Amino acid sequence: MKSSTTCQEWLNSLPPTEGYLTNEQSIGREFFLENGMPSKKDEAWRLSNFNKLNSFLSLPTTIDHEEIKSIFPEKDKNRERIIINPNENPILNIDLPNGLEKLSNREIEDNLGKIVQSTNIKNDISVCLNQATSKELLALKVKSNFNQSLEIVIPSIEGKSISTRVFLVIEEGTKLDLLQIFTGNNNSAQNHLIEIKLESKVELTHGLISLGEQQKSSSICTLAVEQSEKSKYSLHSIHHGWDYARFEPRIIQSEGQASTIIKGLQVTKSKEQIATHSLIRFEGPNGKLDQLQKAVASEYSHCIFNGSIEVPQNAQKTEAAQLSRNLLLSKRARIDTKPELEIVADDVSCTHGATVSQLQDEELFYLLSRGIDSKHANSLLLKGYYDEVISHFPKSAQKWNFIEKLIKDIKK
Amino acid sequence: MISSTSETILSIEDLHASVEDQEILHGVNLVVKEGEIHAIMGRNGSGKSTLSKVIAGHPSYKVLSGSIQFKGKDILELEPEERARIGIFLGFQYPVEIPGVSNLEFLRVATNSRRKELIKSELDTFEFEDLVKEKLKIVEMDPAFLERSVNEGFSGGEKKRNEILQMALLEPVISILDETDSGLDIDALRIVASGINRLSQPNSATILITHYQRLLNEITPDFVHIMADGKIIKTGNKELAIELEKSGYDFVDKNTKEKEMAK
Repeated sequence: MKSSTTCQEWLNSLPPTEGYLTNEQSIGREFFLENGMPSKKDEAWRLSNFNKLNSFLSLPTTIDHEEIKSIFPEKDKNRERIIINPNENPILNIDLPNGLEKLSNREIEDNLGKIVQSTNIKNDISVCLNQATSKELLALKVKSNFNQSLEIVIPSIEGKSISTRVFLVIEEGTKLDLLQIFTGNNNSAQNHLIEIKLESKVELTHGLISLGEQQKSSSICTLAVEQSEKSKYSLHSIHHGWDYARFEPRIIQSEGQASTIIKGLQVTKSKEQIATHSLIRFEGPNGKLDQLQKAVASEYSHCIFNGSIEVPQNAQKTEAAQLSRNLLLSKRARIDTKPELEIVADDVSCTHGATVSQLQDEELFYLLSRGIDSKHANSLLLKGYYDEVISHFPKSAQKWNFIEKLIKDIKK
Repeated sequence: MISSTSETILSIEDLHASVEDQEILHGVNLVVKEGEIHAIMGRNGSGKSTLSKVIAGHPSYKVLSGSIQFKGKDILELEPEERARIGIFLGFQYPVEIPGVSNLEFLRVATNSRRKELIKSELDTFEFEDLVKEKLKIVEMDPAFLERSVNEGFSGGEKKRNEILQMALLEPVISILDETDSGLDIDALRIVASGINRLSQPNSATILITHYQRLLNEITPDFVHIMADGKIIKTGNKELAIELEKSGYDFVDKNTKEKEMAK
């Protein structure tokens, strides 16, 4: 990395450090002062579209309250919905239900940033981008008596860049269904940092719907999850409609004996670029991972997947499987997929695979031969392709109409 | 069911067709009228499946010359889905598995496409479920198969039953059933054959492509055609199939040679 004019301009454009996360902001800004913005020489950013990243950085971060005008589908009765307005203390206006508590300052000080740090990523640009700009924090403890589902919605603002930070501690033995929704707006940018700590025996089902929808919206999101022993974590994510998006899920099984399921889907069209850089590290024995990453790229778009799995010496008997399946719907679209397995332990089972294909002509002909028109047949096949990921979302997630959005606009 | 006033449903004249630049059909002639059941038999590679795919409009097959008319109308310019909607049904030899696409949804969309053509009202999910449950009885199929993905994990017999279920729902004018009997045990063969018999109508027709006479014990064909080297070389009645079963295709070869000598 090197300092650049863009970086200096960006730092100059930021408002003075303020809010609950003042110290974090200073740390993040220091990082960029020292290191500058990423370049093609940084392995993790090598394939990134820097013009798009520059557009991301060019949007102003100062926001007035009246600028947030998003309308959301009605929430389900058994779902607690939290809408995060950037710049505002997210907890201020919420009556927290039973089982959901604000983390104390002490708890935050002791834990915030630790999960991210434990991923040990050199030049952690996505995280620093968030640190430099996020002012407020949504920090909650979910207790085992919380008997609802939790929904966290983050809207965006036209012509603006927003940053949010969320920290959740999920108490021992809790079962939670968490749904997060990011929606993009016209010419908008968003940057999220989510940290989740799963205490032992926690079962967390985490759906993440990230929909750009409008012209020129971009998103950078880091999700860091620490799993204690005997915890189960399943993440189902969809990224669609972003001109530029980068998603970095990092999961650490800190004590082993935990299980992780990841089913990710990214769909691009036009000249969009969407990237997922995942990291799963096993720091104890008997860990399990089942990871499926799917991508569909059409027109001139670009999908990237980089999947790291780290199995150090103390992670014996790890069972990990990673599969990257990709559909390339146009000759001019591009898909880059790369597994990165670092295995030191000798008694493990780790598999990985990657496929890039097109919609199958025989499947299409079968549908056509039953009188189904080609547009509908293609939609059915795409829906079928998405099914392995979208079937895991709770029914209430369908209110966000993401299936229709995923199928619409795809040109074969 | 055949009468002298029966209308011609399918008329194929001097059809030449190729796949991957290799000519497979070398001048097929066939006329199928209302109420008729035709059987096409022949060795592997004789062009039977190619003929069925060409009629259904598979994009990999290219018609070089000749014509296919459906009820007097040239269909060569029609897309596969248009051919299906006017009532041409191809029962696949190897029905395709489509993961993630619900069988029920697929059947409903297909049925509604055909109903639209027949100027019948489209069926919503509930109305369709009632209809499909009725039709399931024809092929003695477990309703659980509706909840699964199209043909995914179905046994050979289940796939073929699913094909006949589609035939029942689409109510085609002509059904071309490509080796519907292959991979079936005796009980499944009987169920599938009985389904085909029940679906035969005086104003529809069936072409059975098969290797074996055993299907023809269950479904009596009006005509039996033998295909060799991309042509129909002999046409007869059920006796021809019995003779073929007895003497094998050597008898066809002998017959062909005799014809060539006579020329």
